Amino acid sequence: MNPIQPNLSRRGLARLGAAAATVAAMGVVKAATSPAGAQSGEPIKVGILHSLSGTMAISETTLKDVMLMLIEKQNKAGGLLGRKLEAVVVDPASNWPLFAEKARQLISVDKCAATFGCWTSVSRKSVLPVFEELNSILFYPVQYEGQECSRNVFYTGAAPNQQAIPAVDYLWNENKVKRWVLAGTDYVYPRTTNQILEAYLKSRGVATEDIMINYTPFGHSDWQNIVASIKKFGSAGKKTAVVSTINGDANVPFYKELGNQGIKATDIPVVAFSVGEEELAGLDTKPLLGHLAAWNYFESVDNADNKAFIEEWKTFTKNPKRTTNDPMEAHYIGFNMWVKGVEKASSIAPDDVIDAMIGVAVPNLSGGYSAMMPNHHITKPVLIGEIQADGQFNIVSQTPGLVVAQEWSPYVADTKDLIGDWRSPLKCGAFNVQTKTCTAGKKA
Amino acid sequence: MTRCLALLLLAVLWLSPGPGHAEAADEAYAALATTNFDTIRNGVMALSVSGDPRAQIVITALHDGKLYARADRALFIKNADGTFADALTGAAADVPATALKAVRVNNAVRSAVDAALGVLRLFARDTSTRLAAAEAVFLARDPAAVPALDRALAKETDPTVKRRIEQARAAAVLASSDASDADRIDAIATLRARGDLEARSTLGNLTGQTPAVAEAAAAAITAIDRNLQLWSLLESVYYGISLGSVLLLAAAGLAITFGVMGVINMAHGEMVMIGAYVTFMVQQGIKAYLPAIYPANLLIAIPLAFIVAGLIGIAIERTLIRWLYGRPLETLLATWGLSLVLQQAVRSIFGASNRDVDTPSWMSGATELGGLTLTWNRMYIILFAFLVLAALMAALRFTSLGLRMRAVTQNRRMAAAMGIRTPWIDALTFGLGSGVAGMAGVALSQIDNVSPNLGQSYIIDSFMVVVFGGVGNLWGTTLGALTLGIVNKFLEPVAGAVLGKIVVLIMLILFIQRRPRGMFPLKGRAVET
Repeated sequence: MNPIQPNLSRRGLARLGAAAATVAAMGVVKAATSPAGAQSGEPIKVGILHSLSGTMAISETTLKDVMLMLIEKQNKAGGLLGRKLEAVVVDPASNWPLFAEKARQLISVDKCAATFGCWTSVSRKSVLPVFEELNSILFYPVQYEGQECSRNVFYTGAAPNQQAIPAVDYLWNENKVKRWVLAGTDYVYPRTTNQILEAYLKSRGVATEDIMINYTPFGHSDWQNIVASIKKFGSAGKKTAVVSTINGDANVPFYKELGNQGIKATDIPVVAFSVGEEELAGLDTKPLLGHLAAWNYFESVDNADNKAFIEEWKTFTKNPKRTTNDPMEAHYIGFNMWVKGVEKASSIAPDDVIDAMIGVAVPNLSGGYSAMMPNHHITKPVLIGEIQADGQFNIVSQTPGLVVAQEWSPYVADTKDLIGDWRSPLKCGAFNVQTKTCTAGKKA
Repeated sequence: MTRCLALLLLAVLWLSPGPGHAEAADEAYAALATTNFDTIRNGVMALSVSGDPRAQIVITALHDGKLYARADRALFIKNADGTFADALTGAAADVPATALKAVRVNNAVRSAVDAALGVLRLFARDTSTRLAAAEAVFLARDPAAVPALDRALAKETDPTVKRRIEQARAAAVLASSDASDADRIDAIATLRARGDLEARSTLGNLTGQTPAVAEAAAAAITAIDRNLQLWSLLESVYYGISLGSVLLLAAAGLAITFGVMGVINMAHGEMVMIGAYVTFMVQQGIKAYLPAIYPANLLIAIPLAFIVAGLIGIAIERTLIRWLYGRPLETLLATWGLSLVLQQAVRSIFGASNRDVDTPSWMSGATELGGLTLTWNRMYIILFAFLVLAALMAALRFTSLGLRMRAVTQNRRMAAAMGIRTPWIDALTFGLGSGVAGMAGVALSQIDNVSPNLGQSYIIDSFMVVVFGGVGNLWGTTLGALTLGIVNKFLEPVAGAVLGKIVVLIMLILFIQRRPRGMFPLKGRAVET
């Protein structure tokens, strides 16, 4: 579906005014998106594009709050380039086409220097053409399926090889798992991730009959027979594990059903990629003891930076029970990278910042530095945690070093020869190393 | 040279077997105090067979997450009152909590702990503990447990526990490398008699057996599979009834407001959601002020949810819906808008995150019935759904309010002419429907997320049930809900959850094409426009 409907873009253009429209049409968008005045007194605007209502509000509201906290902190420390930062918060209401409309508003009307936003892949896909057309910057903080590399997006969440594949490796090595259930919600992230995982497992010699794939709709609440069939699948004699890309609310009834049917982590462990501290907050975790999650950050990471961040967060939200989670850390990294990138470029013009971002490194909260790579993804450690009785994660495994993201999966036939590299001279989001051609995302 | 000799002597002394048990146990205890999961796991396994009298206490503490280690590898157990005791002696120890770190476990350690506790508890006094222990040993399939199982078998008097221990022994024998073929075939027969998924799993695990054993195992698996297939059919029916009861609960209120009054109430789901939030508030309130009656919190929440949702329903009818009678499109849009307002209001008051509604212990877990796993929460919901239905039918049939409601819906003008205050009856009927939705919310808070979106996921299903069953007929609603539930659950394994839903929807549309007024339409001239 093309998210920019004709009437939408007409309205957007009308708002832009004649001058800006001409400039945009000529493709020289640089002038249009850099704030008109750019005098030192005027604040730099930062767009926040997260749903504050609708089904995704549960996850995204937190990210809006963390951005406000980071911006406030930066302002207290003297702002950026001698100017204050100003947050522009919009509510796309979990409505994917509305994301595109709001993105257009943030860039064209509010003239934001950069935007931090989106959660679901479908919302990212919806705003992507807007950011490319108007040449602005989006920081996307959520783990996702990869297979994308846009010049205008900085992916601060994990690519599949920074989350899914290390998790599968962990189960393979530690629990000797030989049979796999890939269970997911029915949309683009789980489907692509499962496609990659299936190819990966088969490349490691897992037979087709040892892989079970199951999709459920958003918000699925009746898991009785799916859990029963997982139990059945797990009784073939080989050690079985569930790799869950079940997203959002549906996790709670899923885990409840696992608990009620008596499937313990020691029998059939479930490793989840979308279940974090936030999701567990609405759940009695006692029956879930030992089920796993793979992330690049856990609230239970034990170091001074993280403790300070959690303290700051609890003070900012005035709620001592608020939890922190992985996408929040991604925004923390992304925001600090953007600040550094802008300082490096001494400009907020998107083209300058995009070029300056590559190579910027900032401390992450898991104890180390994350760096922005030429493929616009960042390096991350991968942590595997087991759910504890108090709803926090007990970190049972951590990759020894940082993992570099593979934006194009080497396990999928169509993309195995592609790389993304936004440095000159290549400057291409999907460069085929076999044919030496840029297949997509070429920017002059 | 002398130095070499001295070293050799030292080495011999070091390696020479010490006083046995005690030393092995000490080593095991030291292993527990490390941070390496493999070492801890080996420590647990060594401890379980060391015969050390404190072993069970220490492993239990580890199981409960109450075992702490100090930097010098001394172990402590945290008491219920927060003080610490020395793990090896049981004496009270005065150590600052900051100097201690909880011994961490992962799944591998947890399995070892379960197996170890299983072996240690085989000799417990309590029958149910012994039964659970035997089951844990069965799942562990550890050949090292055979001697302990033999001892337990000799002592055991309870026939159920004895059978379970025999099964555990069979699993252990099959896992060992030195059992004879005859023993193995005996073991397979024992597992075949057990006949459940775990037995099948144990048999499926067998590899590299002699032909005779492999054949026996294959035959046993086939027999178990055939048996399980039969149960899985029953299981699908049960799951269908369970889903049907949830649909029935969600739709019962709508059967009143939509079915009886003809109001297309898109905010019906929000009444369910409000019921769930009432449950949440009742739980919080009881937790804070009357913890003694906490186990009964749901029983208190049910009438409260009915009253709160009912009053809100009456308020909605008085302020909004009564102006819109006979204008279905406007009603639809207005109530749709209202549902968004209610959702956002709840989101503003309670926050966007899901609320944690506890499941009382009597509703957690499951019971086994033959090859069926029946979860308690679903069983109670089935029961509750039918109780609500019975109460609703009785209210309509036997109370004077019910009589007036029926009169008004059958012929409004005649009823008005007989002196019934129809506007009030409208308000009360709407309140009744909303209240029933509120009660459904209490039940749904046990199986679904308590979030502002809770109602949205049920509104479509509810309309489907009412339309399918026949508008204005509670029996039709019941049968409609159960049919949709069962059809859904039979389709799901075949077509997947997404496609299953689509197929159900298409079937429903085709059915409505043939019978536009549902399965059980109201007969006669009664229904006015």
